[in-house]
Parts: sequence; structure tokens; C-alpha cells
Amino acid sequence: MNVMPGIATLSVGERKLLQDFVDEHQLFYGPDPAIMRNHKLEPRTAAEDAAMKKHDDPHLLNQVRGRVISALSESFRMVEQMGAAPGAKWGDLVTAIFSASGDLSEISPAGIVTFAGVCQYPIKFVNKYWTHDPTVGVRHGDGFIHNDSRYGGIHNTDQSMMMPVFHEGELVCWVSSTIHEGENGAIEPGGMPAKAESRFDEGLKMSPFRIVEDFQVKRDILTFLQNSVRDPKLQFEDLKVKLHACLRLMDRVRAVIAEFGKDALVAYLRRNLEDTEAEVHRRIAELPDGTVRFNTWIDSTLREPALLKVACAARVKGDRMTMDFRGTSPQLSNRSVNAVMGSTKVCFLTGVLQNIWPDLPHNQGVLAAFDFESDANSLLDANNDAPCAMSLLPMFRTITVATVSFPKFIYGLPDGAKARATVTLAAQYNQPATFVYGGLTQHMEVTGNFCADINGNGQGARENRDGEHGVSPLFGFMCDTGEYELAEEELPMVRLIAQHLATDRVGWGKYRGGLGYEQMVTARGTSMWGFMTGQSGSWFCSAPGLFGGYSCPAYPIAKVKDANVFDWFKEKGNAARFPYDIVELMNERPIESGRYVTADAGMTFEMVQEGEIYMICQGAGGGYGDVLERDPAAVMKDLSEDLISHESARDIYHVVYDRRTLIVDAAGTRAARDAERAARKARGKPYADFVRDWVTEAPAEDLPYFGSWGDTGRIIAGSGKTRQVMDAGAIQPVFMPDPRELRIAALEARVAELEG
Amino acid sequence: MKVLVTEYLRLDLAAEKWECRRCDHEIAGARENYKTGLLIHDREPSEIHKPMLDPKRYGFTFAPNPRWCRILEYYCPSCGTLVETEYTVPGHPPTHDIEFDIDALKAQWANRKPVVERTPGKDLPRPEGHHHHHHHHHDHEAAKG
Repeated sequence: MNVMPGIATLSVGERKLLQDFVDEHQLFYGPDPAIMRNHKLEPRTAAEDAAMKKHDDPHLLNQVRGRVISALSESFRMVEQMGAAPGAKWGDLVTAIFSASGDLSEISPAGIVTFAGVCQYPIKFVNKYWTHDPTVGVRHGDGFIHNDSRYGGIHNTDQSMMMPVFHEGELVCWVSSTIHEGENGAIEPGGMPAKAESRFDEGLKMSPFRIVEDFQVKRDILTFLQNSVRDPKLQFEDLKVKLHACLRLMDRVRAVIAEFGKDALVAYLRRNLEDTEAEVHRRIAELPDGTVRFNTWIDSTLREPALLKVACAARVKGDRMTMDFRGTSPQLSNRSVNAVMGSTKVCFLTGVLQNIWPDLPHNQGVLAAFDFESDANSLLDANNDAPCAMSLLPMFRTITVATVSFPKFIYGLPDGAKARATVTLAAQYNQPATFVYGGLTQHMEVTGNFCADINGNGQGARENRDGEHGVSPLFGFMCDTGEYELAEEELPMVRLIAQHLATDRVGWGKYRGGLGYEQMVTARGTSMWGFMTGQSGSWFCSAPGLFGGYSCPAYPIAKVKDANVFDWFKEKGNAARFPYDIVELMNERPIESGRYVTADAGMTFEMVQEGEIYMICQGAGGGYGDVLERDPAAVMKDLSEDLISHESARDIYHVVYDRRTLIVDAAGTRAARDAERAARKARGKPYADFVRDWVTEAPAEDLPYFGSWGDTGRIIAGSGKTRQVMDAGAIQPVFMPDPRELRIAALEARVAELEG
Repeated sequence: MKVLVTEYLRLDLAAEKWECRRCDHEIAGARENYKTGLLIHDREPSEIHKPMLDPKRYGFTFAPNPRWCRILEYYCPSCGTLVETEYTVPGHPPTHDIEFDIDALKAQWANRKPVVERTPGKDLPRPEGHHHHHHHHHDHEAAKG
């Protein structure tokens, strides 16, 4: 319903007349805040209530649940086996089942929580707007597609197929299948355009609409979609893959209905949600009442360096928990790094399910147990005008927020506490560290997408052991980094380093985070190819440690331009002489003609010539605990595995040992560590003295700073003369100047100066 | 009653004190910010995250930019344990990260047994070994640690 300004001045009759007119003549069905801002469960329907009264045997419902999970698992594997997108091949997908009202009740066990979590919004949109619209309707055999994150989604590269399941004319549930498709016709190829300055630069903007009728893809609509993207084959193939996964899922659900009855299915779907929410409240009630705060900064808009604060205060009171993101950076209306709140919440849900309570059913009941606070027009709660193609940057920090906040509530709980569902662990690396690519392949096909290297984030250290190297993306514990050789067959890319773990790029601690690996790629056999990357954290470390552990390092991009490595191989006659190591290559510069460059790892799309080299590093997870408590034997093992250098063993861990034999001098190590503890006490200042000298009224004048400083109610935006200060409740979206215009202005000023 | 809070911190609810779990040092009042009782050092970030690419040639080296990022290290004044690290922007007020309602905590722990040492949380189950191949079985046992 639209609310008209000034309506209060009208009589009751006039008011009704006007309201009826407006409701019947809605100009545009945009994203509906009543749907998009509500992450709670829909009220229990009369049908659900009746079904739950009829079926209250938990054993029967669990049997139904097992059958449905098996069907979800099967449909997931179908998509994984058949999908064309790199994301589909390596697990960046999900299939899911929703209640008739659209609440997410269960996902495929290995699936991506966020994809299914955000899918509730478009299903609720279809329920609300299309079911009773005489020009649309929702019928047996229909399939709806969607990708616009403003209607529910992480970013526009993810496409969902949603199908209603009817039984004897009654809608009983929805099923869905979602893939990170990649290419979507945006201003940059590959589907995640960092360069997007408005939402109209983001490519396909599918509000939820019907593309399947009577189980058949409508060819006219499909053609329109294919015509709008760089990879029409991908668009067609994966649409069919998602459709058939939904059809199989639907078959299995109908078999469940045939065996157990419709009401058993309905009762399970609802009870699964209500029981899960109740369990989360029980776990929250075990935590101490109080507040845990955490601040982190994104150091890039992917167009220019900037310090964008993500602030969080997690508050527990009884069985309620509120995630308060007020004080976070304002939205940047012409940059791609914004997120809408509906997506932000679901990303936080991933953080909880992947790191804190992985044993819970992965459904919306978990999310419904939490409350959220945010500033309107902030980076995590942007309005619908802001581009959010690279919403991963702020949203991934909400996963990090979970891994920093929850351990401080949970660590001290008694052994039997339900909230202690898994080991305490530090933050996983939280950047999409991969190459996005696009152009013309060696097979003369136009394409754009990203590499599965995104799925190799180092795991955070745990309270009882080190993190795993390159284990999974922080948003999906079962995704794989894929077979690069398959990509090389299809794409004009050659990987020069095969997942080489990078020495000394460690989140140090008593237990260290898992490491990331180097990625060194070049192009070959194409006349038109290019790369982009979307990492932040090149100046400000992105993945924090826990309980005294250190963060991951800062990761830049490195390039060798104006040189052809294949010519160099030919010239030297032996490719084995090439330094397959970023540090060695960049410091020794063996290709004489090359231009060696480093920059922040948020690189908008740029063309690459054959043999030019692009390098990034997948990142490490945060460390856990005091470095001086690391077992010297573990330090020696790290050395023998080339994970760290001798300098780090000495300067970070303070271990004394024989460099040749790696035999530890236990007494020497004890003495060195005692000396370091004494040195800490000598250099550390008492809190009050430190704060007096350290704290400033505002960030340094020249720092491009966005977000609160001390007081979360006061928001700072920008640097120098253009810096603004705003009330947190009244944030004006920020527009950034074009970096090229600034550069031209600086150069023109310099020219004028030189010309006198 | 003493309640563990982190690897290095616990609360003595009766005395209302934050304590160091390594040396039992009384750090601060339980209703205060525990950081007020620790020593702080503004750590040059490149000492921890060393520049690996030649800083004379490159602006981005794998080390953080010290004008953008500092590491606040919090030490126990008694035993020198590194209790907490805080990555922050130069001049930003230190974050009061843990603020518990002590009265509520007392009520909550009134019916709980004290926990002196944490046993790590539940670990994921490990896959079964191949019992018919003895060497695999052996590897499996070793992996259990």
C-alpha cells in the first residue's frame, strides 16, 4: 500500500477513494521495504497451524526432513555437475525450499547460505504482487527468475530460479536454485563491476518475473536476457540447469507429499523454522548480558583509496541479541561497494552458521532470532539508488564481525552450553581474492567471469590448532578452488604459479591462520582480453586476529607490464629459470624490458597484452593468541614447510634454534621470550597516558575517512576542505569525485606551474 | 566465582576484578574497561607485517600503510602477555570491546559450576579410517594428535 503525503487532511471517504485508486494504479512495483527490511518469519498461517496440530510427532517430521535434505543434496549435485558458470562448477550455488509464505526452511547441505537466505525476498515479492495480478498470476509449472539485489540478492551476478509447488491447487511451498553466474552485461565483464557508478552500470536488473511457463523456458524472454549479456551460451545453459534442478526437487517434494501427506510437509517446513528460532534464543540466553564492540576499516572504494569504517556493537540482553552497525561509513552513491540491509543481514547469518553455530539447521529461523540496527544511507544499509555490484566488501565484514564478537561472549561458557557448538576461531580471510576476466577467447567466443581462486580464503586460527590453508571462501565452507587446467582449456589465460603458498604472509599467533596462495596469471592466444580484481586490504589489514593474535598482512596487486613472458621463455630457452614467486619476480626484475608496478588490489578492468603478468595473493586467516606462546616445534614445522622465514621465526616468534638442523634451543628460546616480555613491559604505556597522547579529535586532515570516530552518532566523510560531518540519523549519501578528473586537475595545475 | 572471558582474561565476580589468566594479576575493576589496566604500545605495523617488496621501489609491499593502520598491542603489566591486538586508524579512540553486565553475570553464574580451564569446543568429527589397511589406520591415529 502506498501512503500519500497530506492524506490526513482528507475526509475518511475521500481518503478511502484516494487510497483505493493509488493501490489499483501502482506506477511501479519497486523493491518493497515491507519485504526487504523484514527478516523475521512470516506469521504462522491457518494451514500451517492445522498441519502442525495434525502432525506433532517429531520423529515423523524428522523423517520428512531427512527426505527433503536428501532431495536438496541431489539437486545441488545436479547443478554442480551440469552448471556452466565457474561458480556452479566449484560449489558457489545452492538449492533450497521455502514455506508457502516464502520463509527459507532448509538449504542443500553444501550450499551457500546467503544465496538461499536472500531468495526469500523475491519469493515474498511474487507472493505479494504477482499472485493476484491478472496479468501475471502464479501457477503450477511456473518458474520465476531474479537477480537484482534490491529485490533480495547479494549482487547482480547471482541468478535465482524460483518455482511454486502446488498440491491439489494449493500452494504448499517454493523451491529455488541459485548460481553465481558471473557475466551479466555490466559495464565491466564478469558480473562484479567495481567501476559501476550507478545501478544502471550493473548490467541485468531482473526484478522477479516469470520465465518458465508450464515447465518450459519462454524463448522470447530468454532471448532478451541472452541479448543483454556477453555470454549468451552461459545464460541459456545455466537457466536450464537451474530449472531442471528445481524440477527434480519438486518431484522429490511431491513424492514426500504422496508418502506422508501434504500436511506433514507443511508442518515440517514451519516447525523447522520455529524450532530453530527458539533454539537460537536459548543459545543467546546462555551468553553474558552486555556489549562486544568491534571496528574495522575497508581501505578502498575499488576506485580510490579510502578508509571506510564498519562499526559493530553486538548487544545481548536475556535471549535477545542485537547487531548494531551504527557508526558505519556513509553510502557512496557512485561507487559499487554499497550493500542493502536485506543482504547485509543474510551475510551476517552466514558468519554465524559457518563459524559459530554450524550445527544449526541452515534456515531463516536463525536470522529471525536476531535484531539489527543501522544508519539509513550507510554502506551496509544503502538506499536503492546506490550501486552494490561489489557489496561483498562491506558484507563480508559482517562475517568477520561474527567471528570477532561471538567468541568474546561464548569463550567462558560451561562445557555443556549449547552455544559452545564448535571451537573458537579467528576471522577467515575476507576478500574476494581472484581475477575477474573478460574478452575474446582462443575459441573466438566472447565471455566474462571470475576464477574459482576466490574460494581459497585462508581459515582463521583456532583455539587448539592452526587454521587450514586456502580452505574455502568465507561465505561457503564447501566450495572448491577448482581445476585451473579446465579453465585454461576454455580461456586464453595461463597460470604461471599453481597455488603456491606464500611465505611469511601469515596471521601470526599462538596458533597461526591458514595461509593463502599466490596467483600469477597471463594471457595468451587472444587479441582482446582483460582483468579486474576487487580486493581491499592493501594498506589496512582486513582479517583480524583473536585474543592477541595478529591480522593477515596487507595484500597488493603486482604487475609486469610492457613485456611478454613467453618471449622471455623463448629467449632464455628454459622456462624453469623464471622466478615463480611474486616477491622474487618483483624484486629481481628478470625481464629487463618490463614495467614493474604494484597498486592496491582493487583494480578496475584493464586490457592485458599477451605475456603481461598479473599477480595477487589469496589471503591468510587471522592468528589466535600471543605469538610468544607458539610451540617452538610448530615454528620449526612452519620453517620446514617454507611458510615462514628465519627472520620471522626470530623477530615474531622469538625462537632460538639451529638454522641448519632446525633443532630448538629450549633454554635459549625461554630466555629470548622472557626478554621480549620484559621489553613489552618496558615499551607499553599505561592506558590513561597512552590515550592522552594518542587520541585525536578527528582523523588526520588528509585521510579520506568515512564513518564515525569516537561517537557513533557523528559521521565523518572525506578529507581536507571537502570533509563533511553529519548526524548518524541524517546521513546524506556521498558522491565521490572522479579520480581521473582529480588526476587531470593535478596535472594541469602542475603544467600551469611549470609554464609559469 | 571466576568466569573465563578470553584466552588471557577472566572475571572474578566476587572481587569484581578483571584478572590475567597467565599470572593472576588484577587488571582492573570488573565494571571498567579491562584495557584501562593493561599497558599499550602503538606498534609500527611493518614490524609485524614486513614489507616483502622493495619499499624503495614500490608503494604497496604487503606491509600496511603506517599512516592508515596501526596495531595497538595490549600487554599484561605483570607478565607481559599480549592480551589483545587492535588494528586501528592513527588517533582513533581505543575500542571498549568487552562490556558485560556484571550483576546479570553473577545471577547467570549463581547456578553454574565454576570453569577453571577451558576445554576446547567440540571439534568436527573426523572421517573413519580404513581399518583393513593397517598403515592407513596408523596415519589416522597420528592425525588425531
